[in-house]
Amino acid sequence: MAVDHDVLGDLMRGSLDHCVKCTICETFCPVSNVTPLFPGPKYVGPQAERFRVWDETSPDQSLDYCSGCGVCTQVCPQGVHIAEINTQARAKLRERTGFKLRDRLLARPDLIGRLSTPVAPVVNVTLRHGGARAIADTALGLDRRAALPAYPGRTFQRWARKHTSPPAARRVAYFHGCGANWSEPDTAERTVQLLEWLGCQVDVPKGQLCCGLPAQSNGMFDLARKYTRRMARTLAPSAREGVDIVGTSTSCTLMLKREAREILGLDADADLRAVSDGIYDICEYLLMLHDRGELRTDFRPLPITVTYHAPCQQQGHGIGKPALDLMALVPELRVIENDATCCGVAGTYGLKQEKYEIAMKVGRGLFDQIADAAPELAVCDSETCRWHIEKATGVRTVHPIEILHRAAGLAS
Amino acid sequence: MSHHDVIVVGTGLAGLTAAARLAEGGARVLVLAKGVGATHLSPCTIDVLGYAPDRVSDPGAALAGLGEDHPYAAVGRDGVAAAIGWFTDAMRDRYPYTGGLDRNLLLPTAVGALKPTAVVPETMAAGDGSDPVLVVGFTALKDFHAPLLADNLSRAGIAARAVELGLVPEGRVDVNSLGFARAFDDPAFRAEVAAQLVARLGADERVAFPAVLGIADAPAAWGTLRERLARPVFEVPTLPPSVPGMRVFAVLRERLRRAGVRVILNAVVGGAERAGGRVSAVRARVGLREVTYGCDWVVLASGGFASGGLELDSRWKARERALGLPVTGVPTDERFRADYFAEQPMARAGVAVDRDLRPEGHENVLVAGATLAGAQPWREKSGDGISLATGHRAAELILGAAVPSEPARAA
Repeated sequence: MAVDHDVLGDLMRGSLDHCVKCTICETFCPVSNVTPLFPGPKYVGPQAERFRVWDETSPDQSLDYCSGCGVCTQVCPQGVHIAEINTQARAKLRERTGFKLRDRLLARPDLIGRLSTPVAPVVNVTLRHGGARAIADTALGLDRRAALPAYPGRTFQRWARKHTSPPAARRVAYFHGCGANWSEPDTAERTVQLLEWLGCQVDVPKGQLCCGLPAQSNGMFDLARKYTRRMARTLAPSAREGVDIVGTSTSCTLMLKREAREILGLDADADLRAVSDGIYDICEYLLMLHDRGELRTDFRPLPITVTYHAPCQQQGHGIGKPALDLMALVPELRVIENDATCCGVAGTYGLKQEKYEIAMKVGRGLFDQIADAAPELAVCDSETCRWHIEKATGVRTVHPIEILHRAAGLAS
Repeated sequence: MSHHDVIVVGTGLAGLTAAARLAEGGARVLVLAKGVGATHLSPCTIDVLGYAPDRVSDPGAALAGLGEDHPYAAVGRDGVAAAIGWFTDAMRDRYPYTGGLDRNLLLPTAVGALKPTAVVPETMAAGDGSDPVLVVGFTALKDFHAPLLADNLSRAGIAARAVELGLVPEGRVDVNSLGFARAFDDPAFRAEVAAQLVARLGADERVAFPAVLGIADAPAAWGTLRERLARPVFEVPTLPPSVPGMRVFAVLRERLRRAGVRVILNAVVGGAERAGGRVSAVRARVGLREVTYGCDWVVLASGGFASGGLELDSRWKARERALGLPVTGVPTDERFRADYFAEQPMARAGVAVDRDLRPEGHENVLVAGATLAGAQPWREKSGDGISLATGHRAAELILGAAVPSEPARAA
């Protein structure tokens, strides 16, 4: 039977009836714990949602200070989808209050990447030069201290077009995400090299663009749906062939796996369903291989100390911390697990002028832990978190894949 | 499919205790839970046995008088003592506990009733006694009413009066107990509190605070106040969120982290793969997927009706939601009694187990905590005692049964 309304979305919103007001979410919320501007996930979520009627306006806009980290949903013992309710409500709020030019730009990482890459030296200097950056930031409402991406002037997609992956028994499709393509092509290239070393033939489906997550986070659901559908169409052929899809951008991977279906009302999109069923965070996938006894583990000793922070979006996968299990396979590697729920940046949240200070306060505990550990490298699965952590601590921050890539002896 | 020696379902006191003890004993443990458990809602005093049915003064001795179908019967006095020893040791450095099985303390609750309890945070212990009490409240802490507590304490024969301070952390409008606890981590805030109180103290008064004296370092905050006020100071548990519960959660969670225990939240366990009397894997819904996790043992500590571990439907049919275990003790005729504080027949409903905490027909599933049948925790004041004792006992039983080594993996 064809269902033309959004059943999953209704279930998300309907879950508010399970809220028993225990306030466990509020005790974990990294934002409300550092600023009185955000009254907390229970208050703006299951509580306020009862008063939100779509054609009526609410005078309360504190919801805008939710960073969307999703920790509230993770800790809720009653199964209330607090973060999902709040993301939907935030979009309604933004529709009413209008979208800033800044948010329209942050929602389009591909557009920015495409414009920046050919003139990368100019962009990088502008982003790092105090005066020019100050002018740009004032005009847009970005915080001049926030870590914006750098543009190396080359893209992963160009590298991938020239690269031929040797045939192997296992095939995987690689979903690289915008951050890796435009700003961290090294991470993406190392991923391909590592997967090949592990005995995988790596397809890089052509034409990968934004998954829609930044647009969703900034409340532009129509744009987000367009991007998500387009991305799903690009990856669906691999999924339908039975080729597992792996992603290194853990938040974008979660978007295609779960969030777009739950939040954007795209549960009926056949391409997205196929991709959602067949996509894995890269560390989740490698640990799955290891659980089956199919992961090559002859890693070389790597006698260094690293810290590991599992970002909030990675925790949204519900897979534990597979990066820790994988790094434990590397001889002589000392890994210090950080105790933090969120670094503060939460995608594009911490880049904004009115939220930067909050993001830094949220991340302070994590930054202090990293400073105390004085590691050679900090490790984290998400791009914007890595940039934020690196800028705040001065410690080079890498994807777990880079550690495994080194331990596989692939680093030149 | 992943494989662990033990899967623990639940992150309340029973689940955290079982997981931590198992990991220390060398088992590879996976914790699956729908969310964070009931520590955040509990005062986290270890109430072993407060009423049976009269008020109990020697809980250790009173354990022997419980029926064979009570959860404590499977643990025994020695087992309860071992669990308390383990817990007290685990908490020693960051949030020390005091007390034991020989004597119940009588601690005031937030409404000023006296609750018998056996093992308590040191920050609460001075609540036991007959000296007069000055109850300190904060006008901004809306869930703690110092005058109410003082009035009821006076009625119980302990002279008490209240004072309310207008200090508001960070200028917030709406502050819960955690907000105050964070403020008390700041030496300047507690110095200000002490300064405002010093001149208002009676000669031999003890000082009661809501249980918000620090979250990162409660012993330090409590110690400063004792020193500055130069008299016994104690905390009284508040309505949720419970700061003492958060302190206990943090200590046990850190133990799991150090032991490398994987914890997966939003994993809703809803089935198992069985062969004969053994469960070889459990199935959980995680996000939009169903995931199967292999294991040699399961410790089920998913809570009772309040936590959703047990469910009662509109047809008066009860079920255990994770593994579908049989629920016993659901009354057929009289469901509830009109007197709220009377013995409620429903209270004893739960999963019945044998002396090794195993439900009928299951060799490698052990049940701990509020899921168990046979107790009336609210009436007996035995909730956290049962959770701690059975969680610890489940771990000991599994460790004693020689955990099979993990299956060989290809290199």
